[in-house]
Amino acid sequence: MEDSGMCLAVPLKLVEKNGKNGMGEFDGAMRRVRLDFVPMADLGDYVLVHAGFAIETIAPQQAEADRKAYKEVMDALK
Amino acid sequence: MRLNEQLEALHKEYEDVKPGSVVLMEICGTHTMAIAKAGLRQLLPEGIRLISGPGCPVCVTPAAQIDRILALSDRPDVIITTYGDLLRVPGSRRGDTLARHKAGGSDVRIVYSPMDALELAQQNPDKNVVFAGVGFETSAPGTAASLLAAAEDGVHNFSVLSYLKTTEPAVRTLLKDTAHPIDGFLCPGHVASIIGAEAFRFLPEEYGVPAVVGGFEKESVAAAVIRLAHLVHHAQEEKNAGETTGTAGDTESTGTTETAGVTKAAALENLYTRAVTAEGNQAAKACMDIVFEPCDTEWRGLGRIPGSGLRIREAYKAHDAERRFFGTEGEHSEDQQTAEGNGYTGEPAGCRCGEILKGVLSPEDCPLFGRVCTPMDPVGPCMVSSEGACAAAYKYRGIL
Repeated sequence: MEDSGMCLAVPLKLVEKNGKNGMGEFDGAMRRVRLDFVPMADLGDYVLVHAGFAIETIAPQQAEADRKAYKEVMDALK
Repeated sequence: MRLNEQLEALHKEYEDVKPGSVVLMEICGTHTMAIAKAGLRQLLPEGIRLISGPGCPVCVTPAAQIDRILALSDRPDVIITTYGDLLRVPGSRRGDTLARHKAGGSDVRIVYSPMDALELAQQNPDKNVVFAGVGFETSAPGTAASLLAAAEDGVHNFSVLSYLKTTEPAVRTLLKDTAHPIDGFLCPGHVASIIGAEAFRFLPEEYGVPAVVGGFEKESVAAAVIRLAHLVHHAQEEKNAGETTGTAGDTESTGTTETAGVTKAAALENLYTRAVTAEGNQAAKACMDIVFEPCDTEWRGLGRIPGSGLRIREAYKAHDAERRFFGTEGEHSEDQQTAEGNGYTGEPAGCRCGEILKGVLSPEDCPLFGRVCTPMDPVGPCMVSSEGACAAAYKYRGIL
């Protein structure tokens, strides 16, 4: 998961949470994520992340569709 | 209804509509790309013209603002941190980019998040780390959070050059241009995550323009555009019906009113409910509000738009790169020298990005497109940004 276009928000699965700091997983890779704007997010939740900040939680089944789409767009941008 | 069924129904609806007479605008760089990749324009009825507006924050940053970032990068005490998109955007001089300055020895680093920039500042206490704050409401809360953290942790050498912009004032400016009417808006999904779908209510209510908040997968964008096209057609049918059945001549009759164009049928629909609520993200909005206040700022192509920028509040001025390095009161001041309001001042010769950004010109209609201006050697930001209209058109050219 590289740096992408600015507006892209990637759905990460929250696997670690420590106050405002967390770790999210996508496609096996781990990524630091700030949780300032998703105070209700729990471990196992999926969050949409933009520029290192989770901006929304999303339902699991929808998250999977988004994750697939994100890969598509990333491939398009390569 | 499946997508191809929706498309069929739409073609039926639009079969008597004059080619290109209905204008739909998207204002999100990711939508620009998704639409281009899906070849959506070729699938829509001819009556519809789908155009790209100022949805790419890098693209709407005027050359003079880029020049400022470039100037800062040359200071030996400064580390410029930026989103990757900005690296190859030229300022007012052709080829003058952060990438070139970096190659010339300036310390320019790509970061994924403003928090990475903050961390860099903590790791390099002897340098001034400046974050190039370009973006819309999706990026603004994170930028605000980094400033809050800098203030809290006393990271004195961290500052932000805020060229953040907000969506609504630009949209209103576009709608004022009666020479180029816009009949429907595809609203940016992640901006809407932050500000809420209701933030776009003004479109149907004040301008009679239907609006749909769309997501980003191919199907999702297509569905949103199709729905928008349908709403626009429906609104226009209603309006026409009102005009033909309304009484002629007598303006005092109750049938026709002076609030022309604001039909009851104009609607706002949120098709991206998985990520967008009516009111948006309160925590993010609150964070933005603590750190930023509205200011006037210049948009490439649109000129100066009052209240459309975000500047760092007085309370956080210690981390305002504008004040620190340019000594100005937060706003991108007389340095702009674009007091004439001419969005083209300082832009490279022949560059038509300004018109592209307003959706008035298509990428293919720019004389430089593909000939002089290519992704390898861009003239203006619309070609170099990964979300620019020209970059999208170039990348997916030849898709039938």
